[in-house]
Amino acid sequence: MDKTEYKDIFVFAEQREGVLQEVAAELLGKARELADKSGERVRALLLGENVAPLAAECIARGAHAVLLVEAPELAVYTTEPYAQAMYHLVATRHPSILLLGATTIGRDLAPRLSARLATGLTADCTGLEISDDGDLLMTRPAFGGNLMATILCKEHRPQMSTVRPGVARPRPLDPGARGDVERVTIPFNPVKFRTRVTGFEPAERSRVDIAAARVLVSGGRGMGGAEGFRLLESLADALGAEVSSSRAAVDDGVAARERQVGQTGKTVRPDLYIAAGISGAVQHLAGMEESGYIVAINKDRTAPVFQVADLGIVGDARQIIPALERRIRLTRSK
Amino acid sequence: MNTIVCIKQVPDTTEIKLDPVTGTMIREGVPSIMNPDDRSGLELALQLRERHGGTVTVITMGPRQAEAILREALALGVDRAILLSDRKFAGADTLATSNTLAGALRALPFDVIITGRQAIDGDTAQVGPQIAEHLDLPQVTYVERASLETPAALRVRRAVEEGHQTVEVDLPCLLTVLAGAVEPRYMSVRGIIEAYNKEIEQWDYSRVTVDERAIGLAGSPTRVFKSFSRGAKNACEPRELPVEEAVDLILAGLREKFII
Ligand SMILES: Cc1cc2nc3c(=O)[nH]c(=O)nc-3n(C[C@H](O)[C@H](O)[C@H](O)COP(=O)(O)OP(=O)(O)OC[C@H]3O[C@@H](n4cnc5c(N)ncnc54)[C@H](O)[C@@H]3O)c2cc1C
Ligand SMILES: Cc1cc2nc3c(=O)[nH]c(=O)nc-3n(C[C@H](O)[C@H](O)[C@H](O)COP(=O)(O)OP(=O)(O)OC[C@H]3O[C@@H](n4cnc5c(N)ncnc54)[C@H](O)[C@@H]3O)c2cc1C
Repeated sequence: MDKTEYKDIFVFAEQREGVLQEVAAELLGKARELADKSGERVRALLLGENVAPLAAECIARGAHAVLLVEAPELAVYTTEPYAQAMYHLVATRHPSILLLGATTIGRDLAPRLSARLATGLTADCTGLEISDDGDLLMTRPAFGGNLMATILCKEHRPQMSTVRPGVARPRPLDPGARGDVERVTIPFNPVKFRTRVTGFEPAERSRVDIAAARVLVSGGRGMGGAEGFRLLESLADALGAEVSSSRAAVDDGVAARERQVGQTGKTVRPDLYIAAGISGAVQHLAGMEESGYIVAINKDRTAPVFQVADLGIVGDARQIIPALERRIRLTRSK
Repeated sequence: MNTIVCIKQVPDTTEIKLDPVTGTMIREGVPSIMNPDDRSGLELALQLRERHGGTVTVITMGPRQAEAILREALALGVDRAILLSDRKFAGADTLATSNTLAGALRALPFDVIITGRQAIDGDTAQVGPQIAEHLDLPQVTYVERASLETPAALRVRRAVEEGHQTVEVDLPCLLTVLAGAVEPRYMSVRGIIEAYNKEIEQWDYSRVTVDERAIGLAGSPTRVFKSFSRGAKNACEPRELPVEEAVDLILAGLREKFII
């Protein structure tokens, strides 16, 4: 394989029902940062039905150009039509790097495509960099987050990776950005379309199991009751998180029993655990100390929760939580 | 209906502790288990057999010790268990792993292949869809339930970000199953005793229909270049700050950890 024949960064511009997904904006920004360093170009691969209006958004988010495929076969995501279209785009244009969001769509499509292209794929990355040799260094968690590994794909192209939503920041929209939009027609082989989506049932948000949540905003007696828990709900909403609690809050009737963390509740291991107004009794710590990153907010400097926290703030959680929520919503809307 | 379930032996990563001083993983004493998603996948296969007849076969690629999970599957009542073991298979990334498994699956009769969604050690969730591609099968990922819709198609419920989809998929097909979706059964005492009289088939490279260059380390496009742990955890020094500065500090921490 002659690596010099492969250049540019392709980004799968994931859209659902005509809305460009946040992770697509994040990846376009990241790809642009990498491309500016290596002197390459970023192309957004925009697939769907009636999605042409999103091309401008891709360019405003960092793409130099857009490859646009509009077809009724691509209206609702199913594996094979998307795999055929992506394969066609990649096999005819030889990008050096191909990035997809680590969503249920990206993680369904990327491995299928990597096998068709006979190239390597790195899963669920949290970091991307270019090495001195010009290869992509892809960093990802493994072993349930206990280990971080940096993966290389030296002798195969494209270097493919799915990237976890939220790890890169989108560039601010640049409405003045200009770029080419090239329409591509795919020679579909419908004989291979062997799955059909026949129904959809939206999730009830509150039914998500706290043990499965990646981010938990957890409150204790120090939140001062139901009103304090509403502040937590609202922050959780901004973070896409779930609310959990200490036993004291459950005993007070402020939180549901199924939300209790600890020895007699659930053991949780989210990437982020925010403990607000929780003292950190051993029975509570037993259920959360293996969390990836623990932020504790407590007005008592000597609260035992600080012994397991990565970041400890001495202060009033009822002020800090809403302030944090405001700032997160602000950065998200930029 | 004949189902083959790909199962993997993994360390129970929920039991892994980090060394408080060095921050490295302590692997000693961590039990080896059948990957949780695969247990659910196996349960789904056994239920399909109960409803529609046919057979369930389990297959794993791994060292000799991986026989333990095959025995467990036999105790749960599977018809056939195959261990794929050869030095040529070692050092495989997901592409090479999927090539080896697909090479073995080519030699077996099936209507459905089931894998777990994700193994809890490698954590990639890539092997299932890659096998489906090699065998030219339709795939459905994130599966929670499946039933026979017509003699030629399954109706499947799968989890996505916004809820659940119902998907119809033609047979033969490949499903990747989520742990927790179906409650796995327990082994019976009788099952455990009987399992020891059942044979585990040993397959080496000669039984697998695949190009030698597509398997093992040589067939792996990716390499782990380096690995490192999250680092040791020391009790933090709590900081007392005005509200907005406290928020700055929290946001910086979340960014550094790639959470926002
Ligand atoms: C057998 C047994 C099993 C148990 N199992 C569990 C379990 O599974 N889970 C569990 O959580 N507990 C469990 N407990 C109870 C546990 O011992 C504690 O009593 C409980 O965790 C305390 O909850 P808390 O931290 O919310 O309340 P408290 O201990 O009352 O702490 C409240 C904290 O909030 C702080 N605070 C007050 N106001 C503010 C403010 N405005 N801003 C910031 N901080 C503020 C205070 O400084 C204090 O540290 C168990 C106990 C026993 C005996
Ligand atoms: C730290 C680390 C990081 C890694 N990162 C990557 C990476 O980014 N990309 C990459 O290509 N490889 C990677 N690998 C290699 C990868 O872990 C191995 O190839 C492994 O054999 C399969 O991947 P997995 O455990 O992620 O399985 P998954 O793809 O998560 O497994 C899904 C399902 O496939 C089936 N399955 C998987 N392996 C077997 C088996 N041996 N026998 C039977 N069924 C099986 C099971 O049903 C399982 O539930 C990494 C390895 C390490 C140690």
